[in-house]
This record gives sequence, C-alpha cells and structure tokens, in this order.
Amino acid sequence: MTAVVDSPTLALSRRSFLRVSATTAGGLIVSLYFDFPSAAQEAGPGKAKVYPPDAFVHIRRDGRIVIQVNRLEFGQGVQTSLPMILADEMDADWSQVVAELAPAADEYKDPVFGIQMVGGSGSIAHSFQQYRELGARTRAILVAAAAQQWRVAPEQCRTESSVVHGPGGRSAKYSDLADAAAHIAVPETAPLKNPADFRLIGKKTRRLDSRPKCDGSLKFGLDLDLPGMKVAMVAHPPVFGASPKSVDDKAARSVPGVVDVFEIPMVKGRAVAVVADKFWTAKQARDRLQINWDFSAVEREDSSQLWEKYKTLAATPGNVAVTRGDEKALDGIASDNRIIAEYEFPYLAHTPMEPLNTTIRFDGDRAEVWAGSQFQTIDQAAIAEVLGLKPNQVTFHTEMAGGGFGRRAVPDSHVQREAASIAKRFAGTPVKLIWAREDDVQGGYYRPMFMHRVEIGVSADGTPLAWKHVIVGQSLTAGTPFAAFTIKNGVDETAVEGVVDTHYDIPNFHISAHHPEVNVPVLWFRSVGHTHTAYVMETLIDELATRAKMDPIAYRRKLLNPDAKKLHGALTLMEKESAAWRANLPHGHAVGIACHESFETGVACAVDVSIEGNRPKIHRVTIAVDPGLAVNPLTVESQFQAGVCFGVSQLMAKGAITLKDGYVQQNNFDTYTPPYIMDAPTAVDVHIVPSTEAPSGCGEPPVPVISPAVANALSRLTGKRYRSLPLVTV
Amino acid sequence: MFHTHRATRLLISLVVCAGWSATAARVWGQTAPQAVTSVPANREVGLAAWQQVYSVLTYPRCINCHTATNHPEQGDDRHPHLFNVVRGPEDKGVPGLNCATCHQSANADSTSVPGAHNWRLAPLSMKWQDLDDQILPSVQICESLTHNLSGPGILKHHEEEPLVLWAFQPGHRRDGTARSLPPLTHDEFVAATRTWVDAGTPCPQNP
Amino acid sequence: MQTYNLTVNGERKKVPVDPSTPLLWVLRDDLKMTGTKYGCGIASCGACTVHLAGVATRSCVVPVSLVGDRPIVTIEGIGQDLVGRAVQEAWVSEDVVQCGYCQSGQIMGAVALLKGVPQPTDRNIEQSMGGNICRCGTYVRIRAAIKAASQQLHEGGTQ
Repeated sequence: MTAVVDSPTLALSRRSFLRVSATTAGGLIVSLYFDFPSAAQEAGPGKAKVYPPDAFVHIRRDGRIVIQVNRLEFGQGVQTSLPMILADEMDADWSQVVAELAPAADEYKDPVFGIQMVGGSGSIAHSFQQYRELGARTRAILVAAAAQQWRVAPEQCRTESSVVHGPGGRSAKYSDLADAAAHIAVPETAPLKNPADFRLIGKKTRRLDSRPKCDGSLKFGLDLDLPGMKVAMVAHPPVFGASPKSVDDKAARSVPGVVDVFEIPMVKGRAVAVVADKFWTAKQARDRLQINWDFSAVEREDSSQLWEKYKTLAATPGNVAVTRGDEKALDGIASDNRIIAEYEFPYLAHTPMEPLNTTIRFDGDRAEVWAGSQFQTIDQAAIAEVLGLKPNQVTFHTEMAGGGFGRRAVPDSHVQREAASIAKRFAGTPVKLIWAREDDVQGGYYRPMFMHRVEIGVSADGTPLAWKHVIVGQSLTAGTPFAAFTIKNGVDETAVEGVVDTHYDIPNFHISAHHPEVNVPVLWFRSVGHTHTAYVMETLIDELATRAKMDPIAYRRKLLNPDAKKLHGALTLMEKESAAWRANLPHGHAVGIACHESFETGVACAVDVSIEGNRPKIHRVTIAVDPGLAVNPLTVESQFQAGVCFGVSQLMAKGAITLKDGYVQQNNFDTYTPPYIMDAPTAVDVHIVPSTEAPSGCGEPPVPVISPAVANALSRLTGKRYRSLPLVTV
Repeated sequence: MFHTHRATRLLISLVVCAGWSATAARVWGQTAPQAVTSVPANREVGLAAWQQVYSVLTYPRCINCHTATNHPEQGDDRHPHLFNVVRGPEDKGVPGLNCATCHQSANADSTSVPGAHNWRLAPLSMKWQDLDDQILPSVQICESLTHNLSGPGILKHHEEEPLVLWAFQPGHRRDGTARSLPPLTHDEFVAATRTWVDAGTPCPQNP
Repeated sequence: MQTYNLTVNGERKKVPVDPSTPLLWVLRDDLKMTGTKYGCGIASCGACTVHLAGVATRSCVVPVSLVGDRPIVTIEGIGQDLVGRAVQEAWVSEDVVQCGYCQSGQIMGAVALLKGVPQPTDRNIEQSMGGNICRCGTYVRIRAAIKAASQQLHEGGTQ
C-alpha cells in the first residue's frame, strides 16, 4: 500500500469565524496582488478565462499558505484535493497549507458552468486545470522574484517545498519572497509540471479538516454564533403551496424569549415565521402556533393516485428521448422472447445530517450571509432580490456544511429567500433560520417519483434485440434557468440519463419520457437520473444474463460497446480483485454484479449478500473505478466506500417519502430511515484503474451501482425480481 | 377509572367465596373478622386472582419489556424498539446504546421519552411471550414465575419495583396523548397479587 | 426559568434556563459549546451524544432538569481522556470523516464502546454503533478506526 501523506493539522478551526474579507489580519498576510489588475479578465472570444492567483493563494509571513477553495466542502474532500493541485504546481510545503472556503465572488465561479457551485461531480473535473495553472503561475512569480534578487535567470532556479533554490547554493523561502513577488506581473500562462514530477497529485493524502471535525472545534453553519443573533423557525404549509387562512399565535407569543411572529411569502404559498432568542424557544413557540391552512388553491397529491396516473402514462409513448434502429422491431418477436418490466421508485429525501440553515444580517444598504451553500451565485442573487439589493451588496460567506447530496443546490433558493424575508424585518440584527429535521423530511425538494416500463425483445443468443422504454417522472429543471440546457424535445435529460447514453449495444432502442406536473417540489439527489435508471438497466441486464445462462460479468463484457473503455477497465479490474472471494462464497450467500458509467466515470462492483432477518446483509463490496487521473486516491477510496453506504438508502424498508391527501406521511428518521451501520456494507475494497486521462467525477458515481448489485444478489437467492423500491421485504 | 367495573366483579367474587382471608380484608379497607385460625384462601380464589395478575403481565405494553426478543419493543402495537436498540448482556443495552442513553429516572415530558429508575429490560426468565411472538399461556407463566421467585418476592416486585409502578402511571407524550394503561390499577394489581400469594400461588392445571 | 449547576468537562457552569430545555440546547445555545450536534431531536441519530456520569447519553431528549449532579463530558473534553484521545487519533489516521457532522456523536459512542468492551468484535461494533447515523456513509472507516484505536490502547497499556 502506498504511503499516505499526512496533512497539516493547521487549523481551519483556528481561523476567526467572524471573517471579514480576503485581505485580512493587519499586515501579517502579504498579498500578492499589490500591482495586479483588480478584476479577473473577462473571457474574450476564443480566449480562456484567466484567474487571478491572488484571489486563490496567500503566502503569509509565517510561511503558511492559505488556499481558497472555489466550492463548498460538504464531505467530498475538495477542501483537501483542490489545494493539493495548486500546492503541487506551486511546489508549496504541504505541511504549511491551510484551506479556506471562498466566499461568493466572480473569481470563484466554476470554469465550465459559469456560476459558483458544487454539483454534478464536477469539482476536480472542472477545476483541475484551473488550479494547476494557478499554482504554476504563482510559482513563476516567486521564481522571478528570487531570480531578480540574485540577478540570475529564472531557468537557473528550481523550487521545492516552499523554497526557491538558485545557483551557488542560494535559497529563499516563499514567505520571504512574497513582498517582492507582489510587484511582479503575473504571467497569463506558466509551464505546468510533467505529471511524472507530481509530489502530491496522485498520492493518498489525508484530509486537512479531519482534526477539527473530531474535536468539536469546526463550526458548521448551524453552529454560528454572532453578537445579538436571533433564531428563526418557520411553520411551513403541510400541503405544498398552501397559505394560512388564520393564525392564532397567542400561545406562541407567550413563550418567554419570543421576539415576533409574522407571515412570510414562500416560493409558492405563505408560511408563518417565529423569531426568538434561541432554538428551543423558537421551536416551542413554533409548535404552539394554531394555524388554519387554506388548501383550496393547491393540488393535494396522493402517492397511490400518482402511481395509477403514472402507470397509465407509462403504457403510452412519451416525448422521444432517443431512437435508433427499427421502432417496430419488437413486433416481430414472439411473446416468449419478450420481457416486460414495470419499475416503481418513490420520492426520496436527501436528509443531510446538518439541518438546513442560513444566517443573514441585513444592514439596509448591505447584507452579510453565512450559509453552507452549493449554489453561492444563485443564492446570493436570490437574497439580494428579496432584500432589494444588488448581488455585489451581499457578502456571502461559504460555511462548512454537514452533507448536501444536492439538497443545498436549489435553483429557487427557497431556504435563502425565507431567511432573507425574515432578516429584512430586523435590520442590524443577525438572524439564523433553522429548519428542524421535521421541516427537512416534510419540506419537499425530493428526488422525484419515477415509473419505468420496459419491453425487451430477446434474440436467440440472449442479447437484447429490441428495447422500448418509457420513463415517467417530474422534470427537475422545467421552469428553471437550467431548462435551456437540459430539456430537448420535451425530455428532461436528468430523467433519462443512464438509459439514453447506455454503453450497451442495443440495436433497436427507443426511449421516451413523460413529465407530469405534480404539486411536489423536486430536486436532484446524488447521482440524479442515475439513481433510478442504473437500477433498471443493471437489474434487467442481469435478468437477461440469467436467461442466457451466462455469467453476469461475461454477459456485460459481451454486450458493452468495445469503445466503453472506462467500463471495460472497471469491469476487468473488479473481476480480478473479487475472483477469490466470489469463488468461495459461504452457503446462503450470493454474488450481485453491476456496472454503470455516470459523470464520465466508469464503475463496476461485485457484492456478497445473504439474507438476515428478512433484510439483505451486505458482507462485502469490491468496487473498481476509472475516474481518469485520481488526484487524491484516498479521497477516491473514501468516496467509494462511503458512497455505496449512502447508495443503499433506497433499499431501506422505510426509505420512501409518500403522500396521502396532500400530506407527507413521514417526518423524522423514525419514519424515513436512512442506512445505519448494519444496513450498510460491512467491508468495501476500492480499486482504481490507473489512468493519466483528465480527472472525471467521484462524488456521485458510487451511488448508482450498489442498489442494483444488491438486488441482483437477492434475485439469485430468492428467485424473485425486485422492481419496486424501497425493499419493504425480501 | 373505567377499571372499577372489573374491581367490583373481583370484590363480589371474593365476597361470595368462603374462606375470605384476613389479608384480603385488609386490602379492601375493612377490618378483618376475628380469625381464629389463619385459613389459606381457597384455591379457586387464588386462581381467580392469578388470572387478574396474568391479564396485566400479558398486557401488550408490559410485554414490551418482558419480551423474549433480543430487543425491546415499544408502543401499543409492540413494534421493535426503534434505532436498533438491543438487549445487551445485562438487559440494559450495550455500551454506547444503553437504555440509559435515552431513558432517565423520570419521564421527559418535553421530549416524549419515558423514564423511571433503572430503566431496563426484564431478564429472559421473565419473558411473557415466546419467540413466535405468541403470548405464553397462563399455566406456563405461572409456573415460570413461581419457579423463579417466592410469593413474597413477587409481591414485593409488584408493589415496589419502579418500572412496574411506572407502567401504571406512564404519563403523556409530548403531543398530549396519554400512554395507555394496563387493565388494572396498581392497587388492584397488588391486591390481586396478594390474594394469589396468600392462596399459595396456585397455578392453573395444564389444559 | 431555573438555575442549574452543571459540571461540564470538569468545569462548573451555572445556567438559568427553562427546565424543559434539552441538555443539547443548554450546551449549544447557553454554554456556546457547539461540538455536540443537533441531527434529529428524537434520539434517532446519535449526533447529540455526550457522556453523563460515564454513560453515553443522547442529550437531545434529556431535559436539563433530569441531569442532576451527574458530570457531563462532551466532544470538546473527551480528548482529555486516554480512550478519547486514542479514538480521535484513530479517526484522523484512518481518515474517517467526510462532512464530519455526525462524527462528534460517533466518537462519543465509540469511546463508550471501547471503555465497556476494549476489544470489540464486529458484532459489538454493530450493536454499540448501531444507533448512530452517518448520512455520508463512513461506516466502513468507522469500523476500521474503532479497531485501530482498540489495538493502539491494547498495545499502549495503561499509560
């Protein structure tokens, strides 16, 4: 096993929580941007955007190197791996590196999407090159400064571990050069390292934020405390979009410490806010509100009625997503050689461990925001709109977040809008809005309900000759600015990805979709469309393999297009690494196989499953991944181990959000239950296909493969097919 | 409470039986008639009292802790205790997830968690259902009980054990609903126990 | 409103609060000790775990009125303890955390486990940690870290 690099214990936790700006701390921090043009140059036609290193890296007199991370850290590890990239090119002493989450600003926008965000497993994929260049250019001016002082050519110098070495044994520390370097024009380009010379990139490196997360010192958004701060909670309509008809707040106001009770607008409908001195007061008061709600103007959705409606839709062709070959090919196949399968996927709630929260202080002509947001640009603009400000009048601090899985990336910024509506009434006072767990479970923005109806015509050799597939489920992006990119021919890409882009060679392939409008707000949930499409594909492929009496790995290998390099690589590596235990399964255990590519990362897994107490017991997972170059193989290993433990969420017996008569029937972890330790795989070994290709994503790719793999193993044990989730029983 | 009806029936059945013991008289708050000799209450009286005791022991919420399973149950519907709580080697859960991890020495009204001194499961020797979740028959429980404890011991347990006392005054949940009660009051339960003990803890015959 | 005298990580604290306030919120809002986390409020997730007189306790469901004079140890103080320190070190060396929000509770649970069962089996781990939720899913590394801490304590003797 390769050595693991220890990360410095330099504390993220020691930084002051009352952060002012990037140019902080009176004189100690030497800025590199003394002469640099203040704004990043806008990208002209055909010209790549040039990012200002000064916005990303500060070299302090004491030698510490503070690197700004341009996206939220919410568990995925970018707060370590992005700085690794910059530090490597810069030849910085890793033990002196401190990472900070950048506030909302132009410089920190995602280079591909043009907004400051995290999602789509794009952090490393989109910022790898960017951070390399930033590091290289920073190194260049440090070398130039030393060369200037020594009157030598820069080419005569080399760098290592925050030191420039010159001819004749001369050397200078970066911290000593920073003043002089500030006067040197930063080149637009600088040579990048030969990957063979990487010191950090590609090495297992421990996380920078571990220690403060283990001693209680790291502050999440929910932990924020500011002088004079008040806490707000909101009584949300129990049916989406409704409004209060009447509010009796006498009992609420009588709780000592309550400051005010008032109505606020929601994105749809209205709610009632309570502001108090602290959480317990606010919660008691909020729970004592007597509200009569007006449901007359909203649709009261009901899960069983929705299933009926979806079933009807699934039986008819929808908007075409992809079509190739002969649409009528199925007609020529005898019914004995057809598989017809209907799949049901319920609403899923993300339930990140840190409940949603935002703190805002409105100062009339300015505002300051603290939030663990996946969507800083969008949230900042929404808050500005509510407060009647321009976005650049809103200082937006990015806080460490306790999980997200997509829940903190909301196009309508509804939580931020609630917070702003409340803060607006308390100018000068910071107000922290907290959603209780119940608000979170019942508050919508779920992975939509989906139904799939698949009809497969099987050829004589057991491969699928014809594949007709209808997908029914709400569109995530309709009505949002994202729609322009994601909706084509009436089909939301996010609902069909994983099917339409399958790497299986299926000659006659016809996919269509219906997007019903339902009064339930929906949102992307870690791996988005792949949460359901991979389950359908990989269980059906497995069924076909069983019919053909072929080994499930061999069947996939045969059916996958030869060009699907990442999938083939992952499949082969998984096969090799799992061969020994697959051949030696105890009685009562079965193997389940699945492979899937998402976010340009190929993944294949084998699981060892038995049945205990009417539940699947997952003893072991061997998972192989081709993510292109793995910047931090320890992060990749961690993401895949933890990602499969997350991915079994949709198998949990109580892993569904259901509605009855408009009300969400679940309200906390007792009724909507995520995996505990015994529900998750016991052992997970991760294997990375060596690659020098550009890095692709690791945040979401672990999720799609695990539940179909487990279902496939169960099918081998019971002979049943599991087409309706969650798995209430095996 | 609504249990008066049953209590009245018990009283009547005691009154009509011959050999009313001095002890029983004490329970009902009446002075005992002058007893020349201590006559054990007759077997039928004892058995009738036992049936009363049995009705409490096998009341669903009592079985939640007097369970055969490796985990407690909860609620009127006796679902497995949430959050993967297990019995543990001493019926008190396991380190990190003890009963005391949540249950304190009194009810926590503001958070809906019931509590009483030394909250724990009854040992397996006091299980009142089998592993198929069927309530054990009266004769089996009676024999098991008398095998493990003396009459006075049982009476003391019924009279004094805080968890038993709690069962009869379980309080309210946070939403204001009252936790349901066993079929007798505590006083009636103790009285019936005493009657049964005084009758020599007779057990029904095997059917 | 009532004033309670609490002993937290060895220090005496006086807090005037509503008796119904869960200990969790007294720690977080009145004593400004935010290491102990709010995850659910119904004792289902373990993020709020503290030690009360040495017993792992879910502070979100214990009203401050029921604490009495039992000493409280939180994640901020567990490092003063030999087992606590070993667990925290193992968590760092095994790179357990992802978002980290649940880990205060996981660590407090793991410390209780190792104090009660110094050399836990897989089954012990599953039973003792079985009530703690990690939504990121770091369970595999949690298991490894508990075993590493157990090993380290076993080898280190009682220093």
